Amino acid sequence: MENQQFLADKIRTQEYKLNMGPQHPATHGVMRMVLSLDGEEIKYIEPVLGYIHRGIEKMCESISYKQTIHLSDRLDYLSSHMNNEAIALLVEKGTGIEVNDRIKVIRTMMSELTRLASHQLWWGVMGMDTGALTSFMFAFRDRELINDIFEETCGSRLTMNYNVIGGLRYDIHENFVKRVKEFITHFKAKLPEYDRLLSNNIIFRKRTEGLGIISKEDAIAYGMNGPTGRASGYACDIRKRLPYSAYDRVEFKEIIATEGDAFARYKVRILEMWESLHILEQLVDNIPEGEHKVKTKAVIKLPKGEYLQRVESARGDLGIYVNSDGGKNPYRMKFRSPSFANMHALNKMSENTKIGDLVVNFSTIDVVVPDIDR
Amino acid sequence: MTANKTIITDFLIDVAGLTPDIAFWVEMVTVAAIYLGVFAILGLFLVWMERRVAGFFQFRLGPNRRGPMGLFQTVADALKLVSKELTGNATADKFLYTVAPYFVIVTSLMSLAVIPFSAELQAFDINIGIFFITAVSSVAVIGIFLAGWASNNKYSLIGGMRSGIQMISYELSIGMVIVTMTVLTGTLQLSEIVEIQKNGWLIMQGHIPAIIGFMIFMIAGTAEANRTPFDLVEAESELGAGFHSEYSGMNFAYYFLAEFVNMFIISAMAVVLFFGGWLSPFGITDGIPYVGAFWFVLKTLGVIFLMMWFRWTFPRFRIDQLLTLEWKYLIPINMVNIVIMALIVWLGLTISF
Repeated sequence: MENQQFLADKIRTQEYKLNMGPQHPATHGVMRMVLSLDGEEIKYIEPVLGYIHRGIEKMCESISYKQTIHLSDRLDYLSSHMNNEAIALLVEKGTGIEVNDRIKVIRTMMSELTRLASHQLWWGVMGMDTGALTSFMFAFRDRELINDIFEETCGSRLTMNYNVIGGLRYDIHENFVKRVKEFITHFKAKLPEYDRLLSNNIIFRKRTEGLGIISKEDAIAYGMNGPTGRASGYACDIRKRLPYSAYDRVEFKEIIATEGDAFARYKVRILEMWESLHILEQLVDNIPEGEHKVKTKAVIKLPKGEYLQRVESARGDLGIYVNSDGGKNPYRMKFRSPSFANMHALNKMSENTKIGDLVVNFSTIDVVVPDIDR
Repeated sequence: MTANKTIITDFLIDVAGLTPDIAFWVEMVTVAAIYLGVFAILGLFLVWMERRVAGFFQFRLGPNRRGPMGLFQTVADALKLVSKELTGNATADKFLYTVAPYFVIVTSLMSLAVIPFSAELQAFDINIGIFFITAVSSVAVIGIFLAGWASNNKYSLIGGMRSGIQMISYELSIGMVIVTMTVLTGTLQLSEIVEIQKNGWLIMQGHIPAIIGFMIFMIAGTAEANRTPFDLVEAESELGAGFHSEYSGMNFAYYFLAEFVNMFIISAMAVVLFFGGWLSPFGITDGIPYVGAFWFVLKTLGVIFLMMWFRWTFPRFRIDQLLTLEWKYLIPINMVNIVIMALIVWLGLTISF
């Protein structure tokens, strides 16, 4: 004790700043964080946003509702289908367009495939951030199959642009059902491998368990949502709370963990993949017959007023707010992006943790930087 | 040293007619050149092997175009690195920055010199061989530490600090395992350690404490070679490759090659200490000169494969967990292990044929 006091008197230490990003492998894009460090210990994180700000919300004000769908792909590119769907649902609700069951079911299936693809990518990157490089390749092996399904039906693998107002751009490809079934059998066998490689690894468990604990109260206060919020015990799955498309007719569990630590956030996503597979299984044999698109007017105008549509994207609660003045362009379009809300909790999570922990925490909240900046 | 009669000196004195003094110097230079070649080839081969093994673990092919099974891919990569400009940080400490890679490369070359490839192929057989390797390889940390400091980059500095903590800690474990095995062998000379194993490899002779020792050696060796799960020094996802992030071209290649050669040295030590060095299994080729090298390299590659397996399977430790593992687990286990080994040797419970 005396020695420590002696050292503290003799050696003057100070916090220093470390600039992490915008080019840094762990920031998943062009995120920049200024860390205040004491040795390896993190004292404060100052996120600096805006490196990939493209002004999408402003651009939406000068284009028609149909065109905004194309821009929404580029928000959270890993859940592009959900972004498209959110706008389509909002405009359909506002103009009173009723879509048939076939469209609803296909939209739901596509959403779940997108969620799976996104969670797979997250899992691979999570492994990479903790230093296990092989998980990335495992994830991509399985993700490739989903991308093939998208490519066949939508013509594109990442930013699909598959939804249009009043339905879907194309009907599903004739191989769609067969391929989805193949994928379900494949992935059901491969998902336990994810646990064997990473979840049950002692080093991984030691690094994630008890790290970055966020209580339920804090989660709600920070506006956390999606798997990140559910890991803290906050039941916030929009698919359950405000069902849209075909989610009211499928049976699935809302995955909730109560620990609120990094491993809980990890676990919730792994279990969500099982639930997504379960949803796909229920729907794949029951795609109703019908048109893939209902007739809509050439120029779509929303009546004057305010509209809100929430969907559960792979990252959480994506809210789209539109203020319409009755014209063919939105007067104001606001995206309430899940990553932006989840980012806020990073400082709380990383209090007095090490640099390595920051990377793990950042990975478990699974942000997509273009979704933060828009 | 001139008294050491070797094939090369014999040849130079008898056939070429040189005086013993000149022959000695000519031999020195020749052997040094050979070892430089071995160093480069080993480094390049191990990089290739790492990439192939990584491919094997990750459902990929790895390099497979240039040369047979892509063997020349790493040669092409090395040529690319040689031709690259040596960029660096303008505010770096120029002298230390330039000197640092040589600490690493010279120490790994020096360690390589005492490695007994076979009974005949060992450049430098001294009576404290294994001690020499540990002593010399601890100097390498200075190179890494200097690189981290001289780069004038906070990421490099953190990497350098981490390497200091890590390598000094894990050196203890390696040293204590060596002590454990020395209790059994009674000698530090590498060639003698191998000769003793004619009655059974040490991992069998020493059974339980030797197996525990081998496990600790592999853990500490992986940490010494800065490989996953102990690659905190580089930590691509945290520090963007740590101490060598400011190095480019050939300076970077020195670190890169030295890292792989260090892995070879650690594995070679494991083979000498536990798996009978150049001795063939069941003595099938013992007595035939130079064939020992084949068995030695084969065994070493086996241990290297084990280390690559670690790398492509495990996530990385955090710095405090790394130190907890060493100081709270490995060192106490090691201390008990030395006592057990001493008891076994004292009571004559070793297994030998």
